[in-house]
Parts: sequence; C-alpha cells; structure tokens
Amino acid sequence: MSRNAKINTLLLLIVAALAVLPLALGLGDHKEEPFTGADAEAETAITELQPDYEPWFSPLYEPPSGEIESALFALQAALGAGVLAYYFGLRRGRRQGAARAGADESDAGAATATGTADGRGGSGGGSAGGPGA
Amino acid sequence: MHIAEGYLPPVHAAAWGVASAPFVVHGVRALTREVRSNPESTLLLGAAGAFTFVLSALKLPSVTGSCSHPTGTGLGAILFRPPIMAVLGTITLLFQALLLAHGGLTTLGANVFSMAIVGPWAGYGAYVLLRRFGAPLMVAVFFGAFVADLSTYCVTSVQLALAFPDPGSGIPGALAKFGGIFAVTQIPLAVSEGLLTVLVMRLLTQSSKGDLIRLGVLAGRTSERREEATAR
Repeated sequence: MSRNAKINTLLLLIVAALAVLPLALGLGDHKEEPFTGADAEAETAITELQPDYEPWFSPLYEPPSGEIESALFALQAALGAGVLAYYFGLRRGRRQGAARAGADESDAGAATATGTADGRGGSGGGSAGGPGA
Repeated sequence: MHIAEGYLPPVHAAAWGVASAPFVVHGVRALTREVRSNPESTLLLGAAGAFTFVLSALKLPSVTGSCSHPTGTGLGAILFRPPIMAVLGTITLLFQALLLAHGGLTTLGANVFSMAIVGPWAGYGAYVLLRRFGAPLMVAVFFGAFVADLSTYCVTSVQLALAFPDPGSGIPGALAKFGGIFAVTQIPLAVSEGLLTVLVMRLLTQSSKGDLIRLGVLAGRTSERREEATAR
C-alpha cells in the first residue's frame, strides 16, 4: 500500500472510530431512549420551555414508518455516493487515457529522435509505431 | 439536524425566510455564471453537491448520547466560494423537507440560513484566514469544514433560543439548553466531517489538479506569476 493510500485509510478509520466509540462506551445509557435525533430532543426542549406551543404546520409528506424513512435516507446517501464515485471514476479513467496517450507520444518521439539520425524514414516508422505501443 | 416542521413561530419562520432569500438568489446567479464561463466545472459542482447529499444523510451517534448529521458544505464553499453552496445546501434541505419529513418547509428559511449561508461563509472564512497565515492546505481544509459544520448548529441553537426564550433565564438560558442539544452533539461530528473533507480534497488533488489550480485552491502558474510580479 502506498503512503497515500495508508493516510486515506487512516482517515476513514478515525471517522469510523469516532462513530463507534459513543456506542461502545455506552454514552447513551443515561437516557430513556438512547441515540435519538438531536432535532427530536429540541422538540422536547421546546415543549418544556413553552408547554402550550403547538407546531402550526405538519410535513406535507411523512414516511409512513421508520423503515421507509431509513430507506429514503439510504437513497439520499446512495445518490450522493453514486455521483461522487462517477466523478472520481471518470477522472481516473481520463487520467489513465491521457497518460497512455502521453506514453505513446513519447515513444513515438523517441523513435523519431533516433529516426532523424539516419534520415527521413525513421520519423515515418515512429508515428506508425505510436498507436500500437 | 434541522429545525423540525412547524417548530418556529410564523413570524420567526417568515423573518428567516426573508433573510435567506437574497443569499439564495445571489447564489443562483453565481452558479449560472460559473457554469456558463467554466462548463468543465459542472462535474466538480455535481461532486460538491453530492458530498453534501451523502454527509447530511449520515446520522451518526455522538458523545451526548444522541444523533446528528454533518452538513458537508465546507468542501463546496472552499472550492466554489460560499454563494454557490447557498444553492446546493438549499437543494439538499428541500429534498429532506419534502421526502424525509426532516427539517421542513416553514423552517426552510431558518435552516437555509444556518446550513447553506452561515456555515459555508464561516467555514470559508476560517479556511482563507488559515491559508493567509501560511497553514498547510489540508490543515486549512480540515478547519474550514469543521467550522462550517459546527457554526451551522450554533446558529440553529441561536434561532431556537430567540424563538423560545427560557421563562426564567431568558434567551441566554435557552441558548445554553439548545446549544447543549445541538452544538455539543456536533463537535465530534464536525471532526469527522473535517477528516472526510480532507480525504476528498486529497483525492481531488490527485484527480483534478487542473480544476483546483483554476479555482485557486492549489497554487498554479497564475499565482506563481503573481508572486513574481509582487517580488519585482
């Protein structure tokens, strides 16, 4: 593994550790319902601060169950991850294509350089050899 | 985690909507200008938007025993400047409000203000400041993303404290309460977001050097020329 790949893996491992540690250390144990959303906790806090507050608007569409909701969240993450993967894949492909074309050209260039020493014929051979290399 | 639907009084909801609207309109203009003058950046714009999509779908556990999610707005703000993130962030928030019942239409203005306006500007500010003081690129990127993430939730806490002051201790008391829920929960997540943004930036420096030079993130020929000019 290259140094670059090692650093990237390390970054991912730290992120994973940061996500797992609160669960592993049981940091939610003091709560009735551990690891609920912060937005739900804020709703509770609002009701504590202003017991008579009623939300005056409800969502136009609400996922009918927790399963559907997590499916939609997974869909959102998958859409984003898909576009990111497409981007990096496309870039890598283009870079490899360019590198290959560059290698062909320098091969052809090298052939041309040796070719010029012994006359005109070499340059023709160089460019013909290009696509095959 | 955004303010839930209907959980801001109508006056507050409207005021945040009015405050956010000009930034979003300005952002749409900046975005069309960017796409028109640099069509090749469309792809990277898509990637920056996709990063926000992924990160704001990841609800992660935190030290407070509750869950929240990062915002992913720091990366795009560093690459394309904050106005463009006002648009990309709003699109993400709309998606979540309409399909996931997460956040809301009435609270959209307030949530746009925190996640798509203050977050990107604060993160971008931290990034530019650190770069100016000579911090290495990846250190500046980490803190840019960290600040963008954390400031978003500080603003959310302020918005709720303004709307629901504590009967005894007033707005400061409510701010401490909402800050404890949102901002403290967010600290480890902001670290995660910083690390993930550094990871993506590292991949970009390998794959899209040309784009990064054009956007001024990496020093290229133009900035070298500028340095030469100032040296003379």
